[in-house]
Amino acid sequence: MLERLGKSPPEELTSVPARDADFPSPFRSVLEYASPARGTWNIVHTGMLIPQSHQVFVCAEGCLRGVVLTAAEMGAIDRFSSVAIREENVLDGDMEELIIDGTADILEKLPVRPRAVLIYTSCIHHFMACELPRVYRVLRQRFPDVEFVECYMNPIMRKSGLTPDQLMRRQLYAPLKARPINPRAVNIVGNDLPTDDGSDLVRLIRENGFTLREITRMKTYDEYQEMAEAFLHITTYPSARAGGEELSRRLGGRHLYLPFAFDYDETDAEYTVLARELGAVYPGSGSRREAADAALESARRAVGSMPVAVDYTAVSRPVQLAKFLTEHGFHVTDIYLDAVPGDDKPAFDWAKEKLPELMFHPTVHPAMRVRPRGGDTPVLAIGQKAAYFSGTDRFVNMVEDGGHHGYDGIIRLANLIEEAAKEPKDTRSLIQVKGLGCGGGCCV
Amino acid sequence: MKQTARIISVYTADVMGVASALFELGGMTVMHDASGCNSTYNTHDEPRWYDHDSLVFISALTEMDAIMGDDEKLIRDITEAAEEFHPRFIAVAGTPIPMMIGTDLPAVATEVEKRTGIPCFGLKTNSMHSYISGVSMAFEALARRFCDERLSREKGSGRVNVLGMTPLDFSVNGSDGAIRDWLAKNGFTANSVWAMGSTLDELIEAGRADVNLAVSCDGLAAAKYLKEKFGTPYVAGVPFGTGFADTLASALARASVTGKDAVPFAARPMEWAAEAAIIGESVYSGSLAAALGLESGVSCRVICPLETEAGLLAESDSEALDEDEIIPLLGNSGAIIADPMYRPICPADCRFVPLPSEAFSGRIYRKDIPNLIDRQLKLL
Repeated sequence: MLERLGKSPPEELTSVPARDADFPSPFRSVLEYASPARGTWNIVHTGMLIPQSHQVFVCAEGCLRGVVLTAAEMGAIDRFSSVAIREENVLDGDMEELIIDGTADILEKLPVRPRAVLIYTSCIHHFMACELPRVYRVLRQRFPDVEFVECYMNPIMRKSGLTPDQLMRRQLYAPLKARPINPRAVNIVGNDLPTDDGSDLVRLIRENGFTLREITRMKTYDEYQEMAEAFLHITTYPSARAGGEELSRRLGGRHLYLPFAFDYDETDAEYTVLARELGAVYPGSGSRREAADAALESARRAVGSMPVAVDYTAVSRPVQLAKFLTEHGFHVTDIYLDAVPGDDKPAFDWAKEKLPELMFHPTVHPAMRVRPRGGDTPVLAIGQKAAYFSGTDRFVNMVEDGGHHGYDGIIRLANLIEEAAKEPKDTRSLIQVKGLGCGGGCCV
Repeated sequence: MKQTARIISVYTADVMGVASALFELGGMTVMHDASGCNSTYNTHDEPRWYDHDSLVFISALTEMDAIMGDDEKLIRDITEAAEEFHPRFIAVAGTPIPMMIGTDLPAVATEVEKRTGIPCFGLKTNSMHSYISGVSMAFEALARRFCDERLSREKGSGRVNVLGMTPLDFSVNGSDGAIRDWLAKNGFTANSVWAMGSTLDELIEAGRADVNLAVSCDGLAAAKYLKEKFGTPYVAGVPFGTGFADTLASALARASVTGKDAVPFAARPMEWAAEAAIIGESVYSGSLAAALGLESGVSCRVICPLETEAGLLAESDSEALDEDEIIPLLGNSGAIIADPMYRPICPADCRFVPLPSEAFSGRIYRKDIPNLIDRQLKLL
C-alpha cells in the first residue's frame, strides 16, 4: 500500500523563477504540508539551554504530544512536565487555577527543586484572555526560590508581532538579573548551536582578552547568570535579534547584530564594527579571503557541474548563499523557502536581475506533497529540506547556520560541501531527527 | 493532581487519530489548526509518512482568521486543494481554537462538498481527547457515508471486517497481515481491514461481512453502526498468543451463527488479577491479559488510561486517566507490562516488561513494538 501518488502537480504551484518571484512571499498562503525534515530546533530544545531549568507545558493533549516527545527524544524527559487542558477548563473559566495548581503540584513532586521553571502557555490562553500576570505573581509568592519564565507555544500568533521562535530566543534570557557591567565580558545570544571556537567572531573577541559567554556553553544556572554582566550582547541569527535588543535595554549592555554573511566586504564591515566596540582594531581579512576562496574552489571541483539546491533551514540567508556560490562558480539552480528573509532582500534583487532562472520552491505548499522528488540529474543540496525535495543523498546536513561565522564559517561550509559531494549520506535517517546538534551535551 | 504529568508522555490526540485512520484510503484530511499538529503527527504518529503520499494538511489558521471568523478562507483553500488532487473524500478535523470560536465544521464540510462534488465530512475533534475518539469518529463517519446500503450481510460466508486497525495501536510490524493470515487459517476471509492494507472500495463493501472484529476500542463505533445497518454481529479482541487466538476464532464462528456480539477477553475471572498489570488501550490490553492467562497461567489486570466503553474491561480492571490515578494502582503489581515511558512511575522493585505503544511513545521505540498476533507470547 505504500506508494507515491504519481501525479505531478502543475509546475507553477511549486516553482517560480527569480525573475517572477515576489518579495517577501513568492507563494500564496494556502493549506500547508509538513515535510519529514525535522532538524531545526523547536521551543523545547531551545528552552532546555537554560541550565538546571524545568519546563511545564499547559495545553491541550494534541499540542502536548509533539513537545513531550521532543523532550523524550533529546533525553530530557526528567526536565519536562505537562498540564493537560480539558474542555471543562475552557468552559468553567478556571484556567488560572489550572496553571497555578498544576505547576505547584509538579514542583512539589520533583526530586530536586529546579532553579528556573519555564511555563509554556498556549493559543487557548491568549484567546481566553487568561490573567497570566496573576498566575506568575501567585507562583512567585508561593515558590520564591524558583525563577518562573513566561514562555509561549501559541503558533496562532506566528503572524502577529514576534513569532514564537523569536519570543523563545528572547525569553531564554528573561531570568538574567541585572548586575554591575563588566567591560571585559561579551555575550553571543540567541543561538541554539555554539559558535565555532575557530570562527573569526569568537577569535576576535577572545584574542583581544575578553571573556565570551554563550548559553550553549553554560553548565550551571549560576554560570548562566554571569551572562548578565556583559557590556556587549551580540546576535548573529535573525530570529535572535529582537531578544538581543531587549536584553540590551533591560540589562544595560550594548547590542550588535552581526549575521553570518556570505559576502567578504560585509564580513569585514561587521568585524570592523565589532573591533571598534571592543576598543580594538580589526586587522583586516589578510589571507582569509584567499583561504576561503581556496576552500570554495576545492569544493567546486568536487561538485563539478552538479546542480546545487539551498534551503532556508540550513542558513539564515539562503539567497545570499546562492548568489555567493554562483559567483564562485557553482551551478546553483534551486532555493527552497516559503518567504524570503528580510536580510536577503539585496541578494533577492540581485537574483532577479542576474540569475533570473534560479527557481524558488515552497516547502509547505500542499503540491509539494506530490511533486516528484529527485530526477535523472544528481543534486548537491545544502540543507535537509533541499535534500528531501531534491531526492538526493549528497547533502550538507546543517541547520541554523551551523554555528559558523565569518571566513572560518565559509571555509567550514565549503569543506562540508566538498564532503557532501564525495560521500553520500543516509538522507532518510538523518533528516528525520529533531533538533540537529541537540542532545550531544550542548543542552541536556 | 488530575491532568498533570510530571514525567510520563501523553497519548496522541483525536485529530491525529482521524488522520491515522484515513491515511491509506485516498482521501484528504485537513486539520483546522494554526501549526504544529501536522508535523507532530507525521513525526511521531505516522510511520507511513515518508513512503506514502497521503494527503494530510493543516489549514494554517492565524490569529486574524480566528478573530474574523474567516471560514471562507478555509473553504476556499480546501476547495482549491481538492480541485488539484481529486481525493476520494475530504475530512476536516478541528483543534482547540476552532472549538473555542465555534467553527461549524459540518457546515464547512457541506459547503466544500457543494463546491467540489467530493464527499466531505467535518469531525468535531478538539485535540482534548485521545486518538481513540478521533479514530472512532473517522471510521464511523466512513461507514455512514460510504458503506453500500444495498448490500446485505452474507451469513455463513466467513467474511470478516477488521475494525480499528491503525499503526497507533499496532505499528507497522506486520500485525495487519498476520491478522489476515490468522483469519484465513481459521476459515475466514478479511472482507476489509479498517484501515491498513485495504482500499476505500473494500470498505464500501463492508455490508457483506458475516462478522465484524473490533481489534481496538476505536473500531467499536463503526462496528455498532454496521450492526444497526446490516445486522452484522461484532466480536471485540485481538488474536494475541495461540490460546486466545483460538478462543477469538471460536467467538467469531459463534457470532456468525448466533448473531450475538461478544467480548471474550472481558470474561477473565477476578482471581486472575493478582500477578501482573498491563497499562494500555482496553481491547489490546484485555486481549493480552487473556492470552497471557491462557498461555502462561499468569494473572493480569488492565489499567486503561484511555477512553473505553462499558463491557470492555473485566471486573479486576481499572480506568485511570492521569499519572496520579495510575500510580496507586501499580503498588501491588509483581510485574508491569507497559510502554517504556511509564517506567519512571512504576515501583522500583517491580518487574517492568516494556511493550511500546506508538500512540504513547511515538517513534522512539518503534523498532521494538512486537507483532504478537497468533504466536506464542514470550513477554513474561
